[in-house]
Order: sequence, then structure tokens, then C-alpha cells
Amino acid sequence: MTSRFDPRAPKRLLDAAEELVSRDEAQRIIESAIKLSKAEAIEVNLGGGRQRNVRFAANQMSTAGMVTDLSMVVSSSFGPKHAITTTNDLSPEGIERAVRQSEAIARLAPDDPEAMPRLGPQSITPLPGAWDEETFALDASAGARAALSALGPARARGNLQAAGFLQVDANINSLGNNAGMFQYHRGTKSNYTLTVRTADGTGSGWAGTEEPKFSAIDFGKISARAIEKAEMSRNPVAVEPGRYTVILEPQAVGDLISLVAFYADARAADEGRSPFVKQGGGNKLGEKIADERVSLYSDPYDPKILCDPFDGEGFPLTRRNWIDAGVLKELQYGRFWAKKQGKQPTGGANNIVMSGGTTTREQMIAGTQRGILVSRLWYLREVDPRTLLYTGLTRDGTFLIENGKVTRPIKNMRFNDSPLFLLNNIEALGPQERVAGIEAGVPCVMPLLKARDFNFTSLSDAV
Amino acid sequence: MTTRRDFLASSALAAGAVAVASTIPSEAEAAIRRFAPRAMPHVQPPMDAPTKDLLMAALNSAKMAGASYADARVGRTRRNFVITREQQIIEIVDTDTMGCGVRALVDGCWGFAATRTLTADGVAAAGREAAAIARANRVARDRAVELAPAPSLGERTWSNGFTVDPWSIPVEQKADLLLRANAEAMKVAGVKYVASQMFFVKEEKNYANTEGTITTQTVVRSWAPMSITAVSPDFSDFQSRSNTVQPAGRGYEHITEADIVGNAQKWGEEAAQKLKAKPVEPGRYDLVLHPSHLWLTIHESVGHPTELDRAYGYEANYAGTSFVSPPEKILGALKYGPPILNVQGDRSQPGGCATIGYDDEGVAPDDFLIIRNGMVNDYQTTREQASWLKWWYDKQGRPTRSHGCSYGDNWSSVQFQRMPNVSVLPGEKEQSYEDIIAATDRGIAIVGDGSFSIDQQRYNAQFGGQLFYEIKGGKVTGMLKDVAYQMRTPEFWNALDMLGGRKSYMLGASFFDGKGQPGQSNAVSHGCPPTRHRQINVINTGRKA
Repeated sequence: MTSRFDPRAPKRLLDAAEELVSRDEAQRIIESAIKLSKAEAIEVNLGGGRQRNVRFAANQMSTAGMVTDLSMVVSSSFGPKHAITTTNDLSPEGIERAVRQSEAIARLAPDDPEAMPRLGPQSITPLPGAWDEETFALDASAGARAALSALGPARARGNLQAAGFLQVDANINSLGNNAGMFQYHRGTKSNYTLTVRTADGTGSGWAGTEEPKFSAIDFGKISARAIEKAEMSRNPVAVEPGRYTVILEPQAVGDLISLVAFYADARAADEGRSPFVKQGGGNKLGEKIADERVSLYSDPYDPKILCDPFDGEGFPLTRRNWIDAGVLKELQYGRFWAKKQGKQPTGGANNIVMSGGTTTREQMIAGTQRGILVSRLWYLREVDPRTLLYTGLTRDGTFLIENGKVTRPIKNMRFNDSPLFLLNNIEALGPQERVAGIEAGVPCVMPLLKARDFNFTSLSDAV
Repeated sequence: MTTRRDFLASSALAAGAVAVASTIPSEAEAAIRRFAPRAMPHVQPPMDAPTKDLLMAALNSAKMAGASYADARVGRTRRNFVITREQQIIEIVDTDTMGCGVRALVDGCWGFAATRTLTADGVAAAGREAAAIARANRVARDRAVELAPAPSLGERTWSNGFTVDPWSIPVEQKADLLLRANAEAMKVAGVKYVASQMFFVKEEKNYANTEGTITTQTVVRSWAPMSITAVSPDFSDFQSRSNTVQPAGRGYEHITEADIVGNAQKWGEEAAQKLKAKPVEPGRYDLVLHPSHLWLTIHESVGHPTELDRAYGYEANYAGTSFVSPPEKILGALKYGPPILNVQGDRSQPGGCATIGYDDEGVAPDDFLIIRNGMVNDYQTTREQASWLKWWYDKQGRPTRSHGCSYGDNWSSVQFQRMPNVSVLPGEKEQSYEDIIAATDRGIAIVGDGSFSIDQQRYNAQFGGQLFYEIKGGKVTGMLKDVAYQMRTPEFWNALDMLGGRKSYMLGASFFDGKGQPGQSNAVSHGCPPTRHRQINVINTGRKA
């Protein structure tokens, strides 16, 4: 018996250069697992690819790397019993081991009264625009060039410190089962974020972007934006915590508003443990829960933010309007809860988009007597799930607005507020932007947003 | 490291384990366990030859490609999750991933590459790629990386000494335990929903560097979280009791000893009691913090700010920097708390989630005092970082050495500075949580960890909890709800005036502590006694609009 680590091991099903498997290859690999199955039902997910990254900080290069990996998730079922195994050993022996292991565990699993049959063939429109060959083909020098675009200007100024991160992903996601369903999607994504701090430690600015194509990133623009914010935010002054009119940049909006979609779960609401519970029982579907200018939706086919067009079960994702003109239009229904409640399943939210408006940033500022401009939020955590009350802090560029002008940088502050309160206090909406990434990790397109009575509860000395 | 032969043997063992259902009636299990002979702790076998060959192939290719230093890790990470709600199994998941990560230092720059192709050619290609990435980054280099010296250890083995391998326990036994615990909680009036899980992780790491250190180790961690939700009859309120059992760097024996079935009803009653609790009046209170709560405050307000990479700005683009900076002005000069405050960093406490034999740079970690008699004394370091503090160690007559804080959360993750166990040491006076409450005139006692948020320099923080008790005249007078305290770290720790003794010391832990870009997850424990902090700002979080 040869070791898995033996260089004389037999040829594997895949070689190192084949982490980005084609649709045909994915189907062949998935079918090889399905053919081995002795379970009543089997579902196989193949996912992975190549990631390149580079990190720099304190005006120095830090770490940089390339990772290739591809793993298989095997879900076996015997009636209401099911279990999942995952492996990245895609040799014939490795695949068989994973299939047998999932069967062995499933046989012993207690019955799941909520188990649902596997989905049959599904019709899904592919998304070729999500893949960029040039982005996939980048070599190690791309990372160094990106780092220099920030390190060069920061070092040249002599009083700035740059820290940034570039991650370029090329991934496939494929799913098949013995009921005839097969899905395949591949996509590329380039995410770049940059923080510039002043050497005296009194100012900090941040900028970032996310694009399917590496060539679409304007590194010079990101550097200029982060540097400008850092210099503008030097020597902040304290203002008294309290309720303020705020202008939230799209990055800050994303962290807060995305929460609404995450909590929009029908089952939790029906069971009485959600912000969408109706007093006396039931949920708030069909009720007005936000300003009528607010629409919040998920759509894998939105050209601004393409993403996987199916969920973890292979269920086709289409546009879902969680909030439409301020009314709670949809809650997320899993397949079991939808069946139980006599509804249609929705799938989850692979991306989140909030509608924008026509008010420019300059108009919002000019129309503000006294308020706060917020670049970004940080460390958001749930405080009260009954109201979706969250706490967190401003970060990397917070400014006071007085008499229609940005007058000075201010110290960061902690807030305790709910996106549901915020969506009822809107004064204006501005242009949308694809944000570089939120703490929760879901791709977002969000607008500039002005709202009243945002609740700041304490000061932070952090820069 | 498991070879295919070993793997098949362990698979057969596991298969045997899952094939034999437990026939012992549940009520008899505890009695039998009490009188069962103690299981022998796991002993780590030496590294097998094929694994060593792979490591050498990776190192040789990196050296041939120009690396002045390189290290390689051939790793396997297994995870097992059992996820339930009420009387249903949501999912049972078993994951297994293997591969090789190679780090190369070329001309003062790092490069890293990882592959799942565990053949000589596959890992050699990773070694060459790591060197190529490092070389490509030379164009942007300003200062060369220098590593503090570390002795060559030769070949070493280590295990965290778990006594019951979670993979040897039949899956239906795990599921049955959770469902029985759920049923106990559901017996409580008002309790409507219960979610419980078991999480197990087994890391098998094989490491070698170009300086002659070769280590192989196995670390097992276990956790059984549970969340019990009570709903008021008119649907106007719901309250939960969560985070009831802390994770540990132990095997299945940790789950057994936690007795979740025996405790579930009590936890359910606590959730139901919260529905009737009195909303807190905002203001300043003396806080008595139970170790089940305080560990998280330590993690956020002491653990993270004393990471040296943060202090020097290396995390600025993600989790932020630190107020415990610059080290040149802080070490020996910043009063973090009163003289009774001593904080230790270690990777040696039995049961600690961050407890290991050797770190991911081949360093045998040491125990070190981060805060000594209230003053900042040291930082958490890797080999690259320790050299930055040479001036301080020279001044103190100590050798310049890494504290062994290098860690990568998988074979595919580059190693970097991660938190060891960071613990507040108990006081000399032997006093308990109850003793501290008895000595408090007007305060709030907090049990269990809840909501947590802290700014990017670790100054301003807000913490909730699980259970809140009003203290008046040295006695608990009732339960409170909607409690959170806001703090500024230096004032909070300097407001410490009482802490428990050795008998009151407990370990809490985070199973998933995030840091770095790309993001990595670290498990870490924090030991502490109960403490009292004077006049801390408490807010009411029960806002309606």
C-alpha cells in the first residue's frame, strides 16, 4: 500500500494545474462520486480554485502567497437520515473514502423530520461575465506592483504609513446529485483595500474596491483617496455623543443595511424570535417597515454585482425584493419551512443591493446644518435581536459638518442603533457603489445615505 | 502525519466506532464512567518517512530557488460538527483537508505557496512558487526581514494529551447526548427553542525548516455550545441563554465532563427568568465579573492590544493597531492596572485552546508575563518580531527570543503572529466570586459572555453578558436584563480592586478568533479569577426606536 504522500503514488484524478476545473471536468468528477454511491440520495459539491494575495503594512512588504485547493463535499441520505463529509483528496481512492464515510455516518444519524428530497434538474442561466481570463492568469509580479502603488506615494511623503491587502480569487463552484441536477459556475474577484495612517498617529484614511476584473481596479485612485482621508482626519477633536444627522458613505451603509437581509428569515419571525415578529404572533410581511424610498434586494444577475446563481442546494437564485418601497415584501424561506407554511422557497442572499437616489454628496453636505460624515464602520455586533440593535464604531475618517460644510475631523464614536431605525429616518439617498467588503462578507452595492437621529453613545480615542 | 496506511487504519477504527451503537442506557452512563479505568492520553507517534521526504522536497526546492530560509508544513485538519435544534438533527458534518504550505525568505522578503498535491513534484512546485513570489516582492522591499535566533531542535513530537479522541465516539452517541440535553431544556415553561452543537477539530501538523528543526504534533479541541430561547406568551419579548460551555484544547472527555444533559434544565430556567428580569437603570456600578464572562474582556482588551504586529501597524488595514504602542514608550512605563494585575502569555496550560508543543516556526514556546505588577512588560512575538524588541530584552538581561506565537490555521494559511493563551493570574488572597459579591455594596454581577465590540486601537469597548444580577449590601437581590457596560480599557483595568484566588481560577475560550488578511481563525483560552471593577458605566440596551 503506497502512502498518500509517496512520490510514487499512482496518477491522481487531478493534477496541480487543474484546480480550475471546466464544466465538463467538474461533471465527470461529480458523476464519479455519484456512481460510487450506495445511498438513496447523494449530492456532491466541488469547489475551490486559486487565490493570490499580497499584504503590506508599516510601509513594508508583509506576506504574499498563492494557494491552490479544490475540495469535494459529499452529502448522503437514507430517507430522513443524512450526513456530510468533505475532502480535498480527489484521487479515486479519496473520493470513494468520502462517499463511504458520508454513508456510514448517515446510516447512524437520527431521523431528520425536516429532511427534504434532493432537487431535480434546474434551469439556470449561466453568468459568463463573472469570469475574467486575464485575472486568472496573473503572476506574482501583479501583487508587488499593486503594493508599490501605495507604498511609493506613502514613502515619498515621508509622513505617511501605508497598509493594504490585495486578494485575487479565481474559483469554481459545481453541484450535482443523483436526481439529475447539475450546476456549474466560475468567477474571478479582485479585492483591494488600503489604509493610510499619518506618522504622528493622529489621522487615518481608508479606501477600497472590489471588481471581477483585476484590470478594472484603479490603484492610483484608491491611493489618492486613502491619502486624502488620512490627511483630512489629522488631529481630530471630540464632539459630545448623542443623536446626530449622519451622512454614511456606501461602505458604512453596507455594514449596517446588509443586516436586514441576514435577519429576514421567515422561520425565525414565525417562531417569535426575530425583529420581524408581529405582536401577538406571525410575521410582518406586507407591512411598511422603512421609508418608501428604500428598496433592498438580492439578484445574482445584477451586472453591478454578479455572483453564484444558485445556493448550497442548487436552488436557482433569482431577484428577491426583501424590501420594496419601504414594505417588507419577502422573507427568506428554506425549502422545509416554505412547504410547511404553504409558501415558495426563496433561496438565500448571495449579494445585497440597496436602491440609491439622485442626491449628490455635495448636496447632502450643503443641506446639513450640523451633522457627521462617516467613512466606515467597524466591529459591529448584535446587542438586541428583538430590534436588530447593533453596536459598532466609526473608523478611518469621521468629520463634523457645520452650516453646510465639512469643517473638521472628529474623534471616532461608538453607536448603538438599528438599521431598521435608520431606514425610517432617511433624509436623502445618493449614488450607489460596490463596496469593498463588509464584516459579514457578502458582496454589496450600497448608496450614499443621509439620515437623522443616529445614536452615538460614547467617544473613542482610537485613530 | 497520517500516511494512507495509517489513515486506512484510523478509518477502520472510526468505521468500527460508528458501526457499534452504544447499548448503555443513558442514565447508567455517568455511573459507569465514574468507575471506568482512566483512558490513556494520546501519545504522538514519530513522523513517518514519506511525510519527512515531502517536507525535505519542499525545503530543497525553495533553497534551490534562492531561499536563505524556508519552512514547510504538511498538515491535515479534520473537523466534525453535529448540529441540532429541539429534537432534530440539522446536520452532521465531517471534513478532512490535507496539503502542504511552504514559506520562503528570499533577499529579505517573504513568499508563501500552498498546494493540496502531496507528491514530491507538487510540493517542490510550491517551494519554487513561494521563492518566486518572494523574489517578485523584492522590488517593493524597504527593510529586510530578520529572524531572531531559535535553536535547532532536531526531531520532536508532541500532542495535547486528549484522552478520548472525538472521532472514536459513535455519531449517534453524540447526537443522542445533544437531543437529550435539548429535551431537558424544553421541559422548562416558556422555553420554545433550543439549538445545540458539538464542534471538534483535530490538527495534525508536520513541520520542518532549513535550520534542522522537524516537529510533528496533534492537537484536538472540543466545544459543545448551546443556545436556549424563551418566548413570552404574547410574543412581545424573547430572551436567550447561550455560551454555556467553554471550548477547550481537550478531547471528548471535555464534553462528558460538561454534563450538558444535567445542566440544560438550569440553563433553560435562566433563559425563562430573563423574561421577567428588571430592566437595568443606566449609571455607574461596581461590576463583579465571573470568569465565564471576563475571559472575553481579557481577550479583547489585553490579548489583542499586546500583539506586537498590531503595535507596529501590521494589522492596520484590518483589525487595526493598538494603544499599547509604540513599544519604546510603553514597555516598563505604561500602568495597565493596579499592582495586583498580572497577565501571563503561555502555550502550556493544560486544556488551553492555544496550548501547543512547538509553534509554526519550530519554536518551543515559553511562559511570559505580558503585564507584571500592573506594568506592561512584554508583547506576543514571532521570530521576525522578537528581533524588534532586542533593545528591551538586552536592557532586562533576557535573551532575544520568540515567545512561540507563530500559527497558521491550516496547511493553506501562511503562519503569522497569533494569540497564545493570555490569562489574568489569580490573586494571593484565596477569595471566591461569592466573597467578592459579599464585599460589594452596590453593583452588578455578570455571568457568561454576550455581545462584544471594541475599537481598532482597543480603547473603547462595549460588553454584554448572559446573566446579570443586581447586588445590594453584599447580596444578590434579583436578576436584571438589557445590561451592557461601556469602558475605556486603561480606566477599566485600573478600576480593578479585587480578584479571586487560585481556587476561583477558570479557563474561558474563543474557538474562532479572527485576524489577518486573508482572514484566519485561531482558538485561544483565557484563564482568570473573578474580579471587581469600581464605578463602570452601564447602559440599558432595550431601546425600542
